[in-house]
Amino acid sequence: MNIALIDYEAGNIHSAHKALEVAAREAGLDITVTIGSDPEIVASADRIMLPGDGAFADCVGHLRSVPGLSEALHEAVQVKGRPFFGICVGMQLLATEGREHGVTQGLDWLPGTVKRIEPADTTLKVPHMGWNTLFAHREHPLLKGIALGPDGLHAYFLHAYHLVPANDDDVLAEADYGGPITAIVQRGNIVGTQFHPEKSQALGLKLLANFLTWTP
Amino acid sequence: MLKIRVIPCLDVKDGRVVKGVQFLDLVDAGDPVESARAYDAAGADELCFLDITASVEARGTILDVVRRTAEACFMPVTVGGGVRTIEDIRALMLAGADKVSINTAAVKDRSIVARAADKFGGQAIVVAIDAKKVSAPGEAERFEIFTHGGRTPTGIDAVAFAVDVARLGAGEILLTSMDRDGTKAGFDLPLTRAIADAVSIPVVASGGVGTLDHLVEGVTEGHASAVLAASIFHFGTFTVEQAKRHMAAAGLPMRLDAAAKGSARQEGAV
Repeated sequence: MNIALIDYEAGNIHSAHKALEVAAREAGLDITVTIGSDPEIVASADRIMLPGDGAFADCVGHLRSVPGLSEALHEAVQVKGRPFFGICVGMQLLATEGREHGVTQGLDWLPGTVKRIEPADTTLKVPHMGWNTLFAHREHPLLKGIALGPDGLHAYFLHAYHLVPANDDDVLAEADYGGPITAIVQRGNIVGTQFHPEKSQALGLKLLANFLTWTP
Repeated sequence: MLKIRVIPCLDVKDGRVVKGVQFLDLVDAGDPVESARAYDAAGADELCFLDITASVEARGTILDVVRRTAEACFMPVTVGGGVRTIEDIRALMLAGADKVSINTAAVKDRSIVARAADKFGGQAIVVAIDAKKVSAPGEAERFEIFTHGGRTPTGIDAVAFAVDVARLGAGEILLTSMDRDGTKAGFDLPLTRAIADAVSIPVVASGGVGTLDHLVEGVTEGHASAVLAASIFHFGTFTVEQAKRHMAAAGLPMRLDAAAKGSARQEGAV
């Protein structure tokens, strides 16, 4: 299985690369991870992963600055239906628009808006930073074998903005931080996590393994 | 529920750990990546590398350390020390740092905080504040920022500075009491609380940890979101797991799940 890990100079890909390899090994899968931003890599991939650390507008700028990359992603994910995994800002970019440092258009694959976190409890600090538990919104093969709920495993979050999908059904899991924080989204062949699976140890590796074996 | 973080800090010079990690059964105790892997397995919530490399020629060594750590550990890493420019931050982020901490450069010119937050998102930008108490006994407490390891006063009020860098977009404050650093007398709780209560971003308490109760106090009385310690962990006084269990027993929300298990599974693979 060929996995394209998109390196568009917007964040760390080393951990994501290593995590994919370990997850594949644990799932007994033979994968080849190709790192880069060449549209050819995207076109020939069976599955695609888009990491992203940074500000929404800056990441969109990096993505669009690579000739042919946005088009190749659209073709592979939206037309051919290849399974896609976005991490952190790589997930936020799926939204219709982001509101970090002004309004920026996203890919609009998953209708919604990226908004600043505003906890109901104003003593809570923003960014939402650290380890939090997850609550499933609905059952899904991607969550198989992952202990969720208040006594479940933890995921590592590091963000001040989060994706609020227009369709509630696109939310797969949430975290609680003075109100619901979108943790995992899924729509068709597209999945995205606000937290960093590559930094989330057991939970992250299991989720990645589930993605690699998932048939949308 | 979001958990309180316990963060071991490693001083790195020319790509090597300076103080050494003595309790761990490491093949090479001077290798930062080995120490990072051991802390990962012990359930540390994040790791902090403080680069104290002095020579300009050796500045790139930290990038190699960060890159190798990101490949070996699935734990969040903050890197600080000698970060002066946006280019320094980008290089560290691309190497695999999750957060980068700015100290002297932000004291000299606060605009770097806004520029860095614009580029990388505020969540990735930590401002490290080294402060000392400057008020006389009986006076209202005042804390001033010091640079150069606590030797050089700046005349800048620590609380006002913290409020300002938070406004400029910093995502976290790493607060070290230069009065307490190395004393094992506990955090400067009035300092920690003054800053934690003044800003809406998380504050990491640092400087002075000698007992596990000190870690608890940093949160309950200092209002910190995370606690950082170096020597109690390096010298084997306590393990990270002991620290977290102690804090949980004191009623704090801690992550005690399969951290060690997840890492053990990685161990076999790396």
